[in-house]
Amino acid sequence: MAVLVVADHDNTSLKDNTHKTVTAAKALSGDIDILVAGQGVDGVAAEAAKIEGVRKVLVAESPELGKQIAEAQADAVLALAGGYDAILIPATGVGKNFAPRVAAKLDVAPISEIIEVVSNDTFVRPIYAGNALETIQSSDAKKVITVRATAFKAAGEGGSAAIEKVGAGAGAPKTHFVSEEIVKSDRPELAAAKIVVSGGRAMGSAEEFQRVIEPLADKLGAAVGASRAAVDAGYAPNDYQVGQTGKVVAPQLYVAVGISGAIQHLAGMKDSKVIVAINKEADAPIFQVADYGLVADYKTAIPELMDALTAVGK
Amino acid sequence: MKILVPVKRVIDYNVKVRVKPDQTGVDLANVKMSMNPFCEIAVEEAVRLKEKGVATEVVVVSIGPAQAQETIRTALAMGADRGVLIQTDVDVEPLEVAKLLKAVVAEEAPQIVLMGKQAIDGDNNAVGQMLSALLDWPQATYASKIEIDGAKAKVTREVDGGLQTLELDLPAVITADLRLNEPRYASLPNIMKAKKKPIDAKAAADYGVALGGHLKVLKVTEPPKRTAGVKVENAAELVAKLKTEAGVI
Ligand SMILES: Cc1cc2nc3c(=O)[nH]c(=O)nc-3n(C[C@H](O)[C@H](O)[C@H](O)COP(=O)(O)OP(=O)(O)OC[C@H]3O[C@@H](n4cnc5c(N)ncnc54)[C@H](O)[C@@H]3O)c2cc1C
Ligand SMILES: Cc1cc2nc3c(=O)[nH]c(=O)nc-3n(C[C@H](O)[C@H](O)[C@H](O)COP(=O)(O)OP(=O)(O)OC[C@H]3O[C@@H](n4cnc5c(N)ncnc54)[C@H](O)[C@@H]3O)c2cc1C
Repeated sequence: MAVLVVADHDNTSLKDNTHKTVTAAKALSGDIDILVAGQGVDGVAAEAAKIEGVRKVLVAESPELGKQIAEAQADAVLALAGGYDAILIPATGVGKNFAPRVAAKLDVAPISEIIEVVSNDTFVRPIYAGNALETIQSSDAKKVITVRATAFKAAGEGGSAAIEKVGAGAGAPKTHFVSEEIVKSDRPELAAAKIVVSGGRAMGSAEEFQRVIEPLADKLGAAVGASRAAVDAGYAPNDYQVGQTGKVVAPQLYVAVGISGAIQHLAGMKDSKVIVAINKEADAPIFQVADYGLVADYKTAIPELMDALTAVGK
Repeated sequence: MKILVPVKRVIDYNVKVRVKPDQTGVDLANVKMSMNPFCEIAVEEAVRLKEKGVATEVVVVSIGPAQAQETIRTALAMGADRGVLIQTDVDVEPLEVAKLLKAVVAEEAPQIVLMGKQAIDGDNNAVGQMLSALLDWPQATYASKIEIDGAKAKVTREVDGGLQTLELDLPAVITADLRLNEPRYASLPNIMKAKKKPIDAKAAADYGVALGGHLKVLKVTEPPKRTAGVKVENAAELVAKLKTEAGVI
């Protein structure tokens, strides 16, 4: 059995999700290749070659792959699919955008966001915003799987896989890239951060969100997240949203400030190691999952928290 | 231009689902069912495109049990023109949903299929991409803005890290994200009017698609429960606990 893992990257650097997806792949097979599809990705391919237990790294390049156009990405994978029994793709926005296309073209059922490999054909995945776990068995000979990276440990480094160029596929003749607005930030990436500080509707404005949440995040070296309510109201950008329909995070420490704890929000953070909730209502549902709850108005609690962190050398 | 909107009947997003003790699934008896919120957003967008004079007809289709008719009626009350119900009592997989929708597209010849990015029960986030692949139409998922200009659609998408704008040659498949619009509540007169709008009743066999194929659910279980921890008195105690007890800072 051979497995193809599709790398998660931004053309410049390889993302940790790839290492975690390799760990899921190892539960299926020892023959693991990685596809790096993008544009100008020599550096990414070199990083992928270092992942422990990888046989080879395949590199497909085109301008459309560089822009992560789903049609082109699916095509690049399909060109290689014949040689593999399973194709594993990190369940990021990008991965979820093209994985189902690959499955449809292969006439197989996609298996979405697995959190556990039970056997070669059986997997566990969350449904209903993580309120139930489904164990499913696939009868398809070839499997197309997206992997919830937070559920797997990252594969180590120290490998030295061969790097090979492959064709880019037919591309995306009917889809044209117009523009993008990507927020550049020096903070750690939300999905991979060890600490996440999230703000909710209680912030009341974008200015307040920046004044309260961002300095706390910076003090802790944390990524910034938000509830849907905060994003909808324009307090925080859309890619900050944590939850069922936003990003799923599982950091060492998750700090929720002025977030009530709706099931859709919990779906995105309840696997965090330690959860801290700061909320002025003692009966806010977030306290039901919080390891440490502070019932307080954030307006006084956050400045005190900043001071207390300074006092311990943060 | 005709727009086709697939809509799914799911457990209402406010309901806390319960896993059945025999682990065969979640308890759907006597729980409130509603239109999937993302499908509602897709219907709203299609109706707005009609109100702007861009679309001439909005057709909704649902695959599911007889009660999925209520979901179609909801869409009709929001302003869609007519419905198609492909009735089945088996659980339909994303691949089969996509195949059925492809057959409906062949019959209806829409210029746009506008649908939800994800159903909040299966959480697969798959059908739109699969339909686009099967049709060889271009796709734009997670749309937060849609502009139609003649034979092209310009779509702004919510992506990891920010926003991306694509231009698609029509016909195309577009899936709706949360911030595309805020769906309207249907007014009473419109609910009454919707009762008279036509719904075509079909079966999967009418489209030559076999159901119940590739995936078998072995069991459905409860996730490990998190229990509430302790309340701290103040920020200093919180920091002390995080440092010494939890060891995370
Ligand atoms: C289809 C669908 C998908 C969704 N997906 C997501 C998702 O991915 N992520 C997500 O987060 N939500 C999602 N939601 C929305 C979710 O249901 C909630 O509406 C949302 O999470 C609420 O955000 P909030 O906690 O910031 O706001 P609220 O629920 O309004 O909570 C604000 C909290 O702040 C507290 N507060 C107010 N003032 C202060 C103060 N001064 N100091 C301290 N505390 C204060 C209040 O006590 C309250 O608990 C989704 C909903 C639907 C229907
Ligand atoms: C063995 C088995 C057991 C299952 N058990 C259950 C169960 O207990 N409860 C349950 O609700 N489902 C069940 N399903 C169905 C399955 O989980 C999904 O409903 C189906 O596969 C579609 O996936 P999704 O809803 O996650 O689609 P997504 O890809 O997340 O949906 C995206 C969009 O596709 C469209 N769409 C999806 N489904 C339909 C539809 N039926 N009609 C019209 N448009 C649609 C909508 O526009 C939707 O917004 C089961 C499936 C199998 C194979």
